[in-house]
Amino acid sequence: MKIKFNHLIFSILLGGLILSCHSNTEKKKVEAVSSEQLATEMSENLPVQPAKKEHPGKAVYTQYCLVCHQADGSGVPNMHPPLGPGSWVGKDPKELVALMMKGLSGKIEVNGEVYKSYMPSHAKLTNNEIANVLSYIRSSFGNDFEPVTADFVKKVKSGR
Amino acid sequence: MKRIFFGAIGLVLLGACQLNSNKTINSDVNNAELILPEGFSALVFADSLGHARHLDVNSNGDVYVSLSRVKNGGGLVCLRDKNNDGRADEIKYHGIYDGTGVKLHNGYVYFGADTVIVRYKLTDGELVPSHDAEIIAAGFDHQNQHETKPITFDQEGNMYVTVGAPANACMEQVRTKGSPGMDPCPLLELHGGIWRFKDDVLNQDQAKDGYRYATGIRNAVAIRWNNTENKLYAIQHGRDQLSQFFPELYTNKQNADLPAEEFLLVEDGSNFGWPYCYYDGAQNKKVQAPEYGGDGLKVERCSAADDPIMAFPAHTAPNDVLFYTGDMFPEKYKNGAFIAFHGSWNRAPEPQEGFYVVFVPFKDALPSGSWEVFANGFAGVDVVKSPRDAKHRPCGLAQGPDGSLYISDDVNGRIYRIVYSGK
Repeated sequence: MKIKFNHLIFSILLGGLILSCHSNTEKKKVEAVSSEQLATEMSENLPVQPAKKEHPGKAVYTQYCLVCHQADGSGVPNMHPPLGPGSWVGKDPKELVALMMKGLSGKIEVNGEVYKSYMPSHAKLTNNEIANVLSYIRSSFGNDFEPVTADFVKKVKSGR
Repeated sequence: MKRIFFGAIGLVLLGACQLNSNKTINSDVNNAELILPEGFSALVFADSLGHARHLDVNSNGDVYVSLSRVKNGGGLVCLRDKNNDGRADEIKYHGIYDGTGVKLHNGYVYFGADTVIVRYKLTDGELVPSHDAEIIAAGFDHQNQHETKPITFDQEGNMYVTVGAPANACMEQVRTKGSPGMDPCPLLELHGGIWRFKDDVLNQDQAKDGYRYATGIRNAVAIRWNNTENKLYAIQHGRDQLSQFFPELYTNKQNADLPAEEFLLVEDGSNFGWPYCYYDGAQNKKVQAPEYGGDGLKVERCSAADDPIMAFPAHTAPNDVLFYTGDMFPEKYKNGAFIAFHGSWNRAPEPQEGFYVVFVPFKDALPSGSWEVFANGFAGVDVVKSPRDAKHRPCGLAQGPDGSLYISDDVNGRIYRIVYSGK
């Protein structure tokens, strides 16, 4: 028994020595890292936030556009056109801003299908909201178009 | 030997043809992908006709279908089953007019295009009308919403036409948040109701010759004269976007459930209250629309509005109604109403609803029990989130001379034929 106890003590002491050596090495590693890198590492290890920040245009879309153009941008046959590839979303952004400002009614053709309905004017939206919702649509539903800035919206509105 | 052989083949074929010419129709093995009550089966009478809207069946079994958009050079599709297998094998497209309304009446095919009602005389035995179209009624506004002109006829020489309102709830600025309702709503003078014309006078004008039979109906695509009761019935597409325009009064969930689609018994002078009122199916009463000061509960002027005889789930888009008078279906269906629900678009972000044909039993002029889904499976998916998910959407209803039920789909133009065999 006595001999085993000594073995135990010895193992603990040895283990502690090894561990302290190891941690000494780590401490040396940490000291070699820059404070910027450390800050990044720390922030990356913080509790998880929502994985991707939602596009600011999505809330605008949900409030003003979704009911007609649907959550997946597929529109309503014969009534509200889709907003995906092949639709008008890829048009000159100047035209899209005008569309938001004036609305649109009557018969149009999109992707070989006829749509007839009434889209009201969205002139009451801010430049930011218009820019955001257009940018959201142009980067969703399978689209991959350049975003639109609030500055651009302002320019179009002022007629330039 | 050869002669005997071919003779025998000939006899067998002759025998087979005779078998086919009896009245038994072989349904499709998969029932045209529909779910039906026990004893019923379905077949595809015709497919891919285009955007098929309403239809009617002649006493010789010929079928006439309206297209909302001209295809193959015609807006009226004429179909004949020549070899008696229950399915169309002669399909002809005819006429420059497209739209929704189509009815056979007194030897004519009447067609309701969006801004004019015409008729083609049908000479006995012909499938495709050889006569030119005659204009029966014109002068209707060009509209961007609720523009379809479904038609029905009474037994005294009158034609009834729905003239939908080019509006949602008669706001000063169409479908614009914050815009008040116009009071009184000027659209009601020539829209938002049912107009009556003579069925045999040419070139009638809506404003000068039309008679406003009923008012306060936003848009009734389903309209039918009941020949047994001698009364007019219609089903309204209720208003939209309660939560979008009045988020302080309605949640999105409430928006999905309000207002009810109203089944109307329409009498001369009926006023169903649109735009000032809508029907709340949960409260079982007409309440004031928020555009006119309503808050979801207030009744006020709506106590004077005529009530529906039945209320259906919101936004389901009733597109046709048919009173069944055939002998093929079991007794319970006699004189009851089939209704085609085209399916909603504006319940989003909630799931959409509809895309089925229901049955309502009737005793005399009124429903005698609650409605039940009769034919389902048109959409081809369990849950429709966006209307484009639906592969087929029921739109029109007609009864064949043998009592089979015909249903049109306006996504791609499939014509279903429902038969009953009791097995």
